Amino acid sequence: MPRFEPVLLKRIDKPNSAALAGYRADGGYTALKKALAMAPDDVTNLVKDSGLRGRGGAGFSAGAKWSFLPKNHPGPIYLCVNADESEPGTFNNRILMEQDPHQLLEGIAIACHAIRSNAAYIYLRYEYGRSYRVLDAAIKECYAAGLLGENILGTGFKLDVRLHRGAGAYICGEETGLIESLEGKRAWPRIKPPYPAIEGLFRKPTIVNNVETLCCVTHILTRGVEWFKSMGVPPDPNNKRDQGSYGPKLYCISGHVNKPCCVELPLGVMARELIDVHGGGVWKGRKAKAVVPGGISMGFLSANELDTKLDFEGPGKVGCLGLGTAAVVVIDDQTSMVDVLYNCCRFMSHESCGQCTPCREGTAWMTKILERIRTGRGKLEDIDLLYEVANSMGIIPGTTICGLADGAAWPVKNAVTKFRGEFEEYIRSGRSSITPAQQLMAAH
Amino acid sequence: MPTVYVNNQPVEFGAEERLNCVQAAQRAGVEIPHYCWHRALSVVASCRMCLVEVGQKKPDGAIAMQPKLIPGCQTPVTDGMVIVSDSDKVKAAQKATLEYLLLDHPLDCPTCDQAGECYLQDYSFRYGRGYSRLQEPKEQPPDKTYIGDQITLFTDRCILCSRCVRFTREISGTAELQIINRGNHAEIDIFPDEPCNNKLAGNVVDLCPVGALCSKDFLYKQRVWWLKTANSVCPNCSTGCSIFVDECEDRVYRLRPRYNPRAQGDFMCDEGRFGWKYVHGDERLHLPVQRDGGAAVSHDWDVVLPAARTALAEAAKRGEIAAVLSPWMTLEEAYLLVSYLKSLTSKLSLAVAPVRTVGEDDKYPKDVHGRTMEPTKFTIRAEKCPNRRGVEMILQHFAGSVMPMGDVLGRASSGAFTAMYLVGGDPQGWINEVQAAALDKVNTVIVQDILPSPASQRAKVVLAGGSFAEREGTFVNHAGLAQSIHRAIRSPGEGRPDGRILWDLAERRGLFSAAAVRREMADQVPALKPLLDAELGELGIKL
Ligand SMILES: Cc1cc2nc3c(=O)[nH]c(=O)nc-3n(C[C@H](O)[C@H](O)[C@H](O)COP(=O)(O)O)c2cc1C
Ligand code: SF4
Ligand code: SF4
Ligand code: SF4
Ligand code: FES
Repeated sequence: MPRFEPVLLKRIDKPNSAALAGYRADGGYTALKKALAMAPDDVTNLVKDSGLRGRGGAGFSAGAKWSFLPKNHPGPIYLCVNADESEPGTFNNRILMEQDPHQLLEGIAIACHAIRSNAAYIYLRYEYGRSYRVLDAAIKECYAAGLLGENILGTGFKLDVRLHRGAGAYICGEETGLIESLEGKRAWPRIKPPYPAIEGLFRKPTIVNNVETLCCVTHILTRGVEWFKSMGVPPDPNNKRDQGSYGPKLYCISGHVNKPCCVELPLGVMARELIDVHGGGVWKGRKAKAVVPGGISMGFLSANELDTKLDFEGPGKVGCLGLGTAAVVVIDDQTSMVDVLYNCCRFMSHESCGQCTPCREGTAWMTKILERIRTGRGKLEDIDLLYEVANSMGIIPGTTICGLADGAAWPVKNAVTKFRGEFEEYIRSGRSSITPAQQLMAAH
Repeated sequence: MPTVYVNNQPVEFGAEERLNCVQAAQRAGVEIPHYCWHRALSVVASCRMCLVEVGQKKPDGAIAMQPKLIPGCQTPVTDGMVIVSDSDKVKAAQKATLEYLLLDHPLDCPTCDQAGECYLQDYSFRYGRGYSRLQEPKEQPPDKTYIGDQITLFTDRCILCSRCVRFTREISGTAELQIINRGNHAEIDIFPDEPCNNKLAGNVVDLCPVGALCSKDFLYKQRVWWLKTANSVCPNCSTGCSIFVDECEDRVYRLRPRYNPRAQGDFMCDEGRFGWKYVHGDERLHLPVQRDGGAAVSHDWDVVLPAARTALAEAAKRGEIAAVLSPWMTLEEAYLLVSYLKSLTSKLSLAVAPVRTVGEDDKYPKDVHGRTMEPTKFTIRAEKCPNRRGVEMILQHFAGSVMPMGDVLGRASSGAFTAMYLVGGDPQGWINEVQAAALDKVNTVIVQDILPSPASQRAKVVLAGGSFAEREGTFVNHAGLAQSIHRAIRSPGEGRPDGRILWDLAERRGLFSAAAVRREMADQVPALKPLLDAELGELGIKL
């Protein structure tokens, strides 16, 4: 197979890759120029035709989302750039922001032109200090160079980009939680409808897009729809709902691999290839027991599901929630799934905003049950109870406001079905068959 | 008419009406359990108690159901909509939600003020699973007695419906309450040293569907199942909030707002809510008194009332008499008194006791700087009495004008009257020493009141009357809404409801009945015609 030539990560190894001069020398901001010469709706249609789907987790068509904005809206329209990147295992937005901020800013400007917005807010995960400094400098460069502010590139287009540091919670990444947080409130996701495209930031029409999604936009403008569609996986003709998974994708590989990394590949690469080829194989010569396909909220692939294609449809076919952020976390065969699941649940119960009863109480209860199992006081009925609780929460059954609950439920559902034997054994023996008891105690 | 189907029952609704599934179901007599939704507050759809299945009836009669559960409170009904609240799927969701809510709940019902009127108890009984599968110890966050002067929080009983928070943000506007922390560590709290003491604060206790927010005033005073309830009207200002008077064995324990869209809506203010303590005050007039030269000669109604009657009749023969009516009287009482005195003499001066006003109308919501925000959702009126408008209507009818008390007292001090009949009722007082000195020039002074005053000290006859909680009758609020008050308790000691006193004084036959007097009065007084045949009902009638 020929080596894939990176698109989004193309410039990251260059010295001073974050500087405007270098970015322009590499042809930067010509996509914006091209876009500004087009009618906004034509840009939207182009992005729609490219089949670009959101990289933030839900995989919603970017162009379709933009076209949901009210037509001829007189007041302000906002773009919120979701740079809250908090899904465990995910670190691709960070690389994009730290190494090539202008690629993102150009994408933002193009998107704002398309959606007729004059104000974009970058909602940045608080912990990303370096991203903050780099983006802040890049934004200042743009203002100085007439690439932001009034009359951009002499076209009369006006855009202000504001960089906002987040509030340190996973839920601030959920788009309406993000909007509430940006408004200065608790990040309590809003009930929908209305969706942000109709009523978002400051109750005005708003588009929320992930950093990587917007970075893709820049390249679709320069290189075109056909080029974008030459990468990835076309829709399954037998599945009417499949919109295809096109374009390049940043895969984060972490966990028990020799070489944790972020690689850019066309959508649809198999988990096995990511681990063996790009991640340098499972560490310490061990085997993978389970693999998180796209951030822990997506659930687990078992060892015999590693040939699953990591495109928008693949993980769902083996019972996972979806592609998520395409952050692959490898769990080796010396690790207890009970411990892994405990960690997932502890994270989710800590991050649940606490609005919806099933999520607030369910995440905490599942954590407590796993805590009990880990201290040798589990019962076999606990496995079904875990499944029942997990199955009762989320926007998929319709019992919660946001998708955090689905993300809390999926690892549980996958773990107790795909690794049931291990749970049973743990409960029967009162301890992990894998982790020595002392190690477990030390972990406490 | 647009129609929705609730568990197969058709329910019609107006084309302009905006109903959610919970309200549509209520019309069909079906309860969709709910916690966070409240008609006066914004919709958050977070408790997930109201989950239902919905679908659409096609013209051919086929029904297409949506696959997901949806919150009934968040979902407006549309023509042809199908709502299912009794399927296995919905029941399982209700069970699950209740099990979650009870996971860390202390279930200290035996010592909880809310027990008996608790939606957690009621829904658990109706929709819950009966036992918890939680094996771990429950969370036990400490209670917060500092929430407000009148409000305490049993933190572990809170189900985080956020009603109280929304009330302070949307109705009072004062925003003292908030939720702190995340996940199942979330708790209600205040900002340090900024307690929830706004003038509407007590409403959060009623809004709280469980025993989390409790009224310090009511706390541990009475189990609610011993309480009996009378519909009434708060007498503390001319807004005339519809209320419940909760009593047990002739003791009032609390007042609660009674929903009345024609009056105040859903709430009441704290002045009214807690302003009834005088009802059981030690100073209350317990006995009728007949005095002779300063010394009490009788406390027997059978002696005192005939003495008053005789004195009045004689005074009427000798000269002019005057009466001071109170804006705390009901329409019926005012009518009975005036028509009786009219029957004695035509030389009658009629006045009204001072209408106490405090400041200006106090409108809510207010912003954090105390400025009123539009639209107004609640008004505490400056006029601190329940029935100025009603009593003035009676005076207008009989006297053609409304004379202030000062005028008749002025004439009294120059010896113009042979007798004066004064009615009090304002628990904060209505006559001072200087004013009352005028009564020294009147031979026969009769005072009907609930508390002693400089007037009652000078009276030849004191008639111990009843507070609002002890009487039957009609109040007319600031906007001309006539509402009835009902007797909740008996007057202390030998005190009697004013309607009965006046009925007996006039030697009318049989027992006092507010409804009978109302009919007679509506027939006589044209302005009160609307009361003739109509039932006042729970909501009252606009005059
Ligand atoms: C609990 C939760 C956390 C999320 N966190 C993020 C995040 O950190 N970054 C992100 O881009 N999207 C996140 N999302 C997805 C966003 O809600 C939203 O779908 C996305 O930002 C849309 O952008 P896209 O269409 O470009 O993917 C999260 C969703 C949920 C439910
Ligand atoms: S699902 Fe969980 S995180 Fe999302 S709004 Fe509800 S309680 Fe908050
Ligand atoms: S809030 Fe309700 S269920 Fe809870 S202790 Fe009080 S009465 Fe019992
Ligand atoms: S204190 Fe009561 S009203 Fe407030 S959130 Fe808790 S349960 Fe709801
Ligand atoms: S009442 Fe509908 S979700 Fe709470």
